[in-house]
Amino acid sequence: MTVPVTIRLQEADFDTAREIAAISRGRTDIGAVVTFSGICRGGEGGDAIAALTLEHYPGMAEAEIGRHAEEALQRWPLTGLTVIHRYGRIVPGENIVLVVTASSHREAAFEAAEFLMDYLKTKAPFWKREEGAGGSAWVDAAAHDDAAAARWTKR
Amino acid sequence: MKIVYFAWVRERIGKAEETVEPPAAVRTVADLIGWLSGRGEQYAYAFENARVIRTAIDHAHVQQTAAIAGAREIAFFPPMTGG
Repeated sequence: MTVPVTIRLQEADFDTAREIAAISRGRTDIGAVVTFSGICRGGEGGDAIAALTLEHYPGMAEAEIGRHAEEALQRWPLTGLTVIHRYGRIVPGENIVLVVTASSHREAAFEAAEFLMDYLKTKAPFWKREEGAGGSAWVDAAAHDDAAAARWTKR
Repeated sequence: MKIVYFAWVRERIGKAEETVEPPAAVRTVADLIGWLSGRGEQYAYAFENARVIRTAIDHAHVQQTAAIAGAREIAFFPPMTGG
């Protein structure tokens, strides 16, 4: 059976509960659903953040997430997968990204969700710009994100 | 070929996309960065630290050693900060 995969890039917010319901509705083969929600923080260190603006590369963003979704399906026995990534202006407290993984057992769902998030952070073509009190600036990539993604490289 | 720029690379160059016809001697992504850097100070500024610039050819990540022959769209951008 083909595993249902949903990938959406959108400016609008999403409803996490609705996405969980959508992945498991009418199914009796799913024993575990893991979700990761990335949410806009109101501050970084001591500096307040008024908003984030996410720029993305239309076409490549879908393709790149699709490639990693395909890899996740090959590496873990998933029974459902949803990735939603927002772009545009996002204020603190709002959702940025959602990963939902479903499987018969929890281990595959947990690992696949973590794998997808680590790759989204370092390989999906999105760029965050932070608005603060002193103006706005592009967010620097974090070395710890590269290290997190490198854990999943096949030896 | 079509070149597209994102985030601070786009801002430094001052445009989101353009079509260029590099000479035949420009064979790799690194060659293209060098050639673009000679087109004006805004390009030199965008590519001043070429090591950090990421590249995609036709929507897939590539290294700077990749050949550009046959590419429809080449993208230059900073390290990604999504998720």
